[in-house]
Amino acid sequence: MSKTAELVFQNVSIVHPTGVEVGDVAIAAGLIVGVGTGLTGKKIIDATGLHLSSGFVDLHTHLREPGKEEAETIETGSRAAALGGYTAVIAMPNTDPSQDCVAVVNFVRQKAREVGLCEVVPSACITVGRKGEQLVPFAALHEAGVRIFTDDGNGVQDPLIMRRALEYSRDLDIVLAQHCEVSRLTEGAVMHEGECCSALGVPGWPSIAEELMLHRDIELVRLTGAPMHFLHLSTAGSVELVRRAKADGLPVTAEVTPHHLALTDDLLVGFDSVFKVNPPLRTSADIQALKDGVVDGTIDAIATDHAPHAAHTKDVPIDSAPPGMLGLETALGVVNTALDISVVRLVELLSWNPARIAGIQDRHGRPIAVGEVANISVWSSTDTWNVSRDEMASKSKNTPYHGMKIRGKVKYTVFNGELVVDNERAVR
Amino acid sequence: MSSAGTQSGAVVLTAQDISRAITRIAHEILERNRGINNVVLVGMQRGGVWIADAIKAAVERVEPGSTVGAGSIDVSMYRDDIGLRPVVPAAATNISVDLSGRTVVLVDDVLFTGRTVRAALEALNDYGRPRAVQLAVLVDRGHRELPIRPDYVGKNIPTHFDDEVLVNESGVVVTLAQQAEEKVS
Amino acid sequence: MKHLLSADDITADEIVALLGMADHMAEVNARPVPKVPALRGKTVVSVFFEDSTRTRLSFETAAKRLSADTMTFSASTSSLNKGESLRDTIETLSAMRVDAFVVRHKSSGVPLQITEWTDACVINAGDGWHQHPTQALTDAYTMTREFGTPQTLKGKTVAIVGDILHSRVARSNVSVLTKLGAKVVLVGPNTLIPLHAAGWPVEISHSLDDVIADVDVLYMLRMQQERMETAFVPSLGEYTSRFGLTAHRASRLAEHALVMHPGPMNRGIDMVVDPADIPGNRILQQVANGIPVRMAVLFTLLGAGNASQLTQGTDL
Repeated sequence: MSKTAELVFQNVSIVHPTGVEVGDVAIAAGLIVGVGTGLTGKKIIDATGLHLSSGFVDLHTHLREPGKEEAETIETGSRAAALGGYTAVIAMPNTDPSQDCVAVVNFVRQKAREVGLCEVVPSACITVGRKGEQLVPFAALHEAGVRIFTDDGNGVQDPLIMRRALEYSRDLDIVLAQHCEVSRLTEGAVMHEGECCSALGVPGWPSIAEELMLHRDIELVRLTGAPMHFLHLSTAGSVELVRRAKADGLPVTAEVTPHHLALTDDLLVGFDSVFKVNPPLRTSADIQALKDGVVDGTIDAIATDHAPHAAHTKDVPIDSAPPGMLGLETALGVVNTALDISVVRLVELLSWNPARIAGIQDRHGRPIAVGEVANISVWSSTDTWNVSRDEMASKSKNTPYHGMKIRGKVKYTVFNGELVVDNERAVR
Repeated sequence: MSSAGTQSGAVVLTAQDISRAITRIAHEILERNRGINNVVLVGMQRGGVWIADAIKAAVERVEPGSTVGAGSIDVSMYRDDIGLRPVVPAAATNISVDLSGRTVVLVDDVLFTGRTVRAALEALNDYGRPRAVQLAVLVDRGHRELPIRPDYVGKNIPTHFDDEVLVNESGVVVTLAQQAEEKVS
Repeated sequence: MKHLLSADDITADEIVALLGMADHMAEVNARPVPKVPALRGKTVVSVFFEDSTRTRLSFETAAKRLSADTMTFSASTSSLNKGESLRDTIETLSAMRVDAFVVRHKSSGVPLQITEWTDACVINAGDGWHQHPTQALTDAYTMTREFGTPQTLKGKTVAIVGDILHSRVARSNVSVLTKLGAKVVLVGPNTLIPLHAAGWPVEISHSLDDVIADVDVLYMLRMQQERMETAFVPSLGEYTSRFGLTAHRASRLAEHALVMHPGPMNRGIDMVVDPADIPGNRILQQVANGIPVRMAVLFTLLGAGNASQLTQGTDL
């Protein structure tokens, strides 16, 4: 039953959960058809010195379509994702109209299929319009293929609504994802409430606004028994809360963004809104605690919170600027530069765990073995490159790493067997 | 205007030469204006102020009992090179009388391009309308860029444009351009 | 110095030089014709996104006394819709050949952002809660000239009282006064003192009565109605009873102590006693001094020029 392989990566360091093995990987008709040595095929790529793993999965991407196409579209976002080594992204629902009904969810999924550069799995809101008042039709949306539900951007403020959402959805195979922010404590906030904030004279976003909400929802999980995933945690206190919740055996998972592992609040001293993000960049003590959480397993996944914004929307006084940064194309580089972890743990954070949390582990985050669907990322952990905002594939330019050097770059991405990124270039 | 520099050039006027020149200038002012009654000496900041004081003292020695009107003027806000070079720190302007109808004798240490004097003429206008303005300088070093001429001169000293001329009570020192370059490097 | 955006950007020496220049500008102001041609041909544009007649007029007068041409662009925040066309506004004005922008905006950081969009020099006339450098320079000028110590405020204690958290005047004054060697005490309710002010080179007190007898300068800030509405203080009445300058408190001031206020005063709240009754009241002097100080700032920034345009020779 041996087909002639369409594509072969030779001499590459394959990342398995058990460790790294150097060999060849052959792909044909959308599947992995060979893992071993001495493999050949129609297109041969010498991948000496590179790593090969299952493609990355981003639990947290804002594609902006429908509604804000001047910032990003499903097409440009998919391209950015593929260039970052992602074969699947979970599209956040704060679009316009919101992903709170089957029609919009289907639109997003279908549009991504037409583009075909990566899989886009739409998430849905928890409440209609993310207003925090009325629950969305969980079952109908689940039937339409949604597994992750979130009011990201706001966070569900009302404890009663969150309790009902957890109770109602417990028996469906879905997971609620919470953006932890007590909005009453962060009104008008521009940056982390710390020394820099006091000196600059701007409203601050205190760590406790995240920790209070996190604590509340951990207790609601304890009460209802429903699982919850916590988005973009940013404080040392949050890491400790999740650590204790897991020690108590609660069904919680947590993600952290690359920027919260690398950048600190004092970058805002020049009032550059490219560093304004929600939750905000915090202190080096917070960064260290998040890194410790990554090492000891408290943090399950890296998620980019890729948030494109058109340049003219960021060119305003900092308190009016929308928060958010790009993340898809720089994720591997930033995380690889900031963290000192094994390559196996890196792939676990970028691919296997997020695939499982998103419920798409049947086709992403798969083992590199014959017969598996070929969603693959091939990357260098040693190549350094200078990030330039003008060279981003994303339609927007708001990367905080412009002018910085990072170590780690995706060279090839294979999506459903097709080579969509060939030597750092998207094929279309 | 005098320039900064260390004393490594040639002394062209000693302290005594200066003192004699000032006395002669005092006499000339008295002669030309037939006395000191309607005359006001205005020293230009910074280099002309001590010379104006010295001329005033000389006049009061020569014609005892007279009191000479005097003041100082700072022209850093009237220069024509504002916006072209670093700001010159201002010094005091002290003109306590109305200059209208009086003869003003502007006093400076070195006359060079003439631009400081032009600035001073403009500044004086803000203090009244003098009947006449005369100019007394200790050293005229040439290289005028404007039609300005002194009425009273201590000494004419031809120089190259890039030479440095340093004036104070102990003497006048000219440092040639080549030497000035060596000094700097 | 190309711009004046924040008091944090200027050194103690630069402050002393600016205040020295202000003395000469004060002499110009005292003349029958208070005008010099120093900035003739320069265009100074006031771009005030927040209303402030007092500061705007002070800058415009300063510019005019230096013979500069002035223009005013006054924009209420509603018409600009959250700063949407801020960049367009600046680029449009810049195209008319502007030498300096004097900017006031309700959002911190706007003057710094504006420097990216224009070649003109930018002077911060107050941005959000962040900085108001010319106010602090004027205040330092008033204090040093009153005490007869033009180069320093060493040995002097200045208490800044009130809503420090939201005060750009306080932040700028902390910077300037500490650089001149003054001891600065911030006085106010705990809710209105920035969380991390403990790390600033200042002392902090929550009782005006404890410090008032020992200060050389009592600097009162304005207390706004809105602070009560967002629970910073339970009521303005309670604020006044703890931190207002009442007649009783005024009587405990040292004989030589100065009383200052950046204006406008909220009579009955921050200022209960009539300032006219306090011998140390220097509030009107502050206003008057604003002009020579702003003249000094404009002359230093716009008169400085571009070294590359230097022609031969260094003297006239």
